[in-house]
Amino acid sequence: MIELLIPVLAATLGAATPLLFAGLGELVTERSGVLNLGVEGMMLIGAIAGFACAVDTGLGAWAGLAAGTLAGAASALLFAIPALSLAANQAACGLALTIFGVGLSAFIGQSYVSYSLPGMQPLPIPLLAQIPVLGPIFFQQSAVVYLSVIVFGVVWWVLARTRLGLLLKAVGESPEAAHAIGYPVLLVRYGATLFGGAMAGLGGAYLSTVYTPLWVQNMVAGRGWIAIALVVFATWKPSRLLLGAYLFGGVTILQFHAQTLGIKVPVQLLAALPYVATIVVLVLISRDRRLLQLNLPASLGKPFLPG
Amino acid sequence: MTSAIPPGVPRLELSHISKRYPSVVANDDVSLIVQPGEIHAVLGENGAGKSTLMKVIYGAVHADAGEMQWNGRQVRVANPAEARRLGVGMVFQHFSLFETLSVVENIALVLDEKFDLARLAGRVKEVSERYGLPLDPYRAVHGLSVGERQRVEIVRCLLQNPQLLILDEPTSVLTPQAVLKLFETLKRLASEGVSILYISHKLHEIRALCDTATVMRSGRVTGIADPREETDASLARMMIGRELPVCHTEPYTGDAATVLTVNQLTLASDDPFGTALKDISFDVRAGEIVGIAGISGNGQAELLAALSGEHTVAPDRVVMASQPVGHLDAGQRRDHGLAVVPEERLGRGAVPGMPLWGNAILTAHRQGLRRYGLLRFGAARDFARRCIERFDVRCGGVEAAARSLSGGNLQKFIVGREIMQAPKVMVVAQPTWGVDVGASAFLRQTLIDLSRTGVGIVVVSEELDELFEICDRIAVLAQGKLSAAVPKAQTNAEQIGLQMAGLKMAGAHQDTETAHASA
Repeated sequence: MIELLIPVLAATLGAATPLLFAGLGELVTERSGVLNLGVEGMMLIGAIAGFACAVDTGLGAWAGLAAGTLAGAASALLFAIPALSLAANQAACGLALTIFGVGLSAFIGQSYVSYSLPGMQPLPIPLLAQIPVLGPIFFQQSAVVYLSVIVFGVVWWVLARTRLGLLLKAVGESPEAAHAIGYPVLLVRYGATLFGGAMAGLGGAYLSTVYTPLWVQNMVAGRGWIAIALVVFATWKPSRLLLGAYLFGGVTILQFHAQTLGIKVPVQLLAALPYVATIVVLVLISRDRRLLQLNLPASLGKPFLPG
Repeated sequence: MTSAIPPGVPRLELSHISKRYPSVVANDDVSLIVQPGEIHAVLGENGAGKSTLMKVIYGAVHADAGEMQWNGRQVRVANPAEARRLGVGMVFQHFSLFETLSVVENIALVLDEKFDLARLAGRVKEVSERYGLPLDPYRAVHGLSVGERQRVEIVRCLLQNPQLLILDEPTSVLTPQAVLKLFETLKRLASEGVSILYISHKLHEIRALCDTATVMRSGRVTGIADPREETDASLARMMIGRELPVCHTEPYTGDAATVLTVNQLTLASDDPFGTALKDISFDVRAGEIVGIAGISGNGQAELLAALSGEHTVAPDRVVMASQPVGHLDAGQRRDHGLAVVPEERLGRGAVPGMPLWGNAILTAHRQGLRRYGLLRFGAARDFARRCIERFDVRCGGVEAAARSLSGGNLQKFIVGREIMQAPKVMVVAQPTWGVDVGASAFLRQTLIDLSRTGVGIVVVSEELDELFEICDRIAVLAQGKLSAAVPKAQTNAEQIGLQMAGLKMAGAHQDTETAHASA
């Protein structure tokens, strides 16, 4: 039984990685009080930018990942300027960014459809990789998977232990009060939004250069939306986000394996499973309004301009 | 810390400060001198320009003209962080604390030093105990009482070793006993050389505490006085330009049937930061005003929601004229003769962007403003016009948007709109919050006159002076529990204050604030 589960669990980590990147980014963005619904678009822009860079320069997956990260941050700027500096409606700006990202990536991607990349070899960690069961699951992954866990650790540490994290929470709860005691609210929000974009772009580039190293139109396939949902599911806490990302990654992999095992359920139903799971969990979580309200950044989605 | 400055140099000197906003001149040629160790009052009505002047000193607002000297040196304060570096600390009227963060986290955010919460927590405890402001550094702010929050703000300022402490209406949320305690702390700080700017419109407090008073009216300085040598009347003349208005109360002679009864009302709060109501019972008779004293956050919002019908309860928990209405929603209760004046005028009492006649329709549509389900615009305009005339609402006519009115005039309109519907029971929250002295007196007199026509009125207010002026009986809502309503002749501000702090025993010889903090 364990022998059957090891490849499922090992693949779960890979499947969860883009969700973890994008989710952590959106978590930081939302903690500052900014609701960026453009995650799907930023991931697609990151994915095509990463793929195009890796193909055109021939510098490999790492160059692609770097290009995707930068492109994600740049696309977040398209959201940030109207939504933060001009105090436009954040939901509308985010949706516009998603629509823009879908279109732009499809347009640029036309000429890359026939290419494929070598991907990235797993990087077994010496000694740890030899541990039975745990080794193959956790320590024979690609370097990007380790990177996502490091990013998680850094985000957790910054939020829980540093002045910067405190400032982020403060700005998200009450930009007026943060401004009154002399903090640059817009700068903090720009920083958080660009970080969110960079992480979404990195997640997208991981999909196109490492996870399935080829370009397919709309290949992010709703993961951006799942990431936004995960942030709510996690009640804006990084550790729960990690749990959530692996849960949904696991459901995604399970439905592939269920298909190969020939379980008599229509494929379309199985493919819908991760999304259904998202909705079910969200509904269950949202029933506890107190828990949500206690952690919800109070100014989420509300524009603020220093007077 | 002030040793480098020669004696005789004022701590702060403002010369000819002016600040204009598009529609109003907030400060017009204002000058002010504060000496080291002086407690200096800035006295004035709401809208007199006190808060703007303080924001100029604190760097949150930039003056259009004028100079500021700090310890004899000319300075331009670009932002609050720079003001803090100079040694200016400010305790805001509406607190600038973050609800979800702990006390020590809130304090860490304003200090420019190495981030070390454990060490800071130790210093918070030390400073708070030295000045008699007990605080637990690790509690989350949303669980603190308003008095405790103010302590956080003051301790936060003290940790920055301020040379000037600005307090903006600091006592509006405190019990009378907590006010005395605060005054002790402030006098101690002054004796250590800290200058204090004390903003208030409460004359007796300023006379008890301050060395000097600068009086402002409509953005200008109208007088500088030693408040200890002035009377309330003479200060009031400087502040509002005439005598303080007084309300007239006559005994009610009509039928005193019970019009509103609340029976053993228990209600959990929808708000995670709210207070649950515990077993609340009281009644209101025709022709009387029952005051509910207490500091906001002790169940006031929950009680008001249960009374207005915004939160429905079991039918017999709320009874109006022997008819159970607890299960009815706000509109249905209004059909039974309830009128409500909420605390938030803009957003709950009136729609900010709608004209006055539109706002009249919102609750007064029952008064013939609709026919066959359609609105009668002419009748609505006429209703609004009559309301404006009868209640002396100063505005640009029935087409004026609600948000264009001053607080006092909008409140007159909302109260008027409700009175013109001939209610049997009226619930009013913070009737004169943010309203100038003249309009306050008018509103209070209006409520007294209304009650004497046989209407039962409930007034929820933080202003004890106001409750003692207009109410027949007063009860206290503290920590979700309501005390028995006592005729006002049988109680006094001190007893009510003890109950506000959550102590059952009126007149107990105990340090109420410490008891409250450890409760």
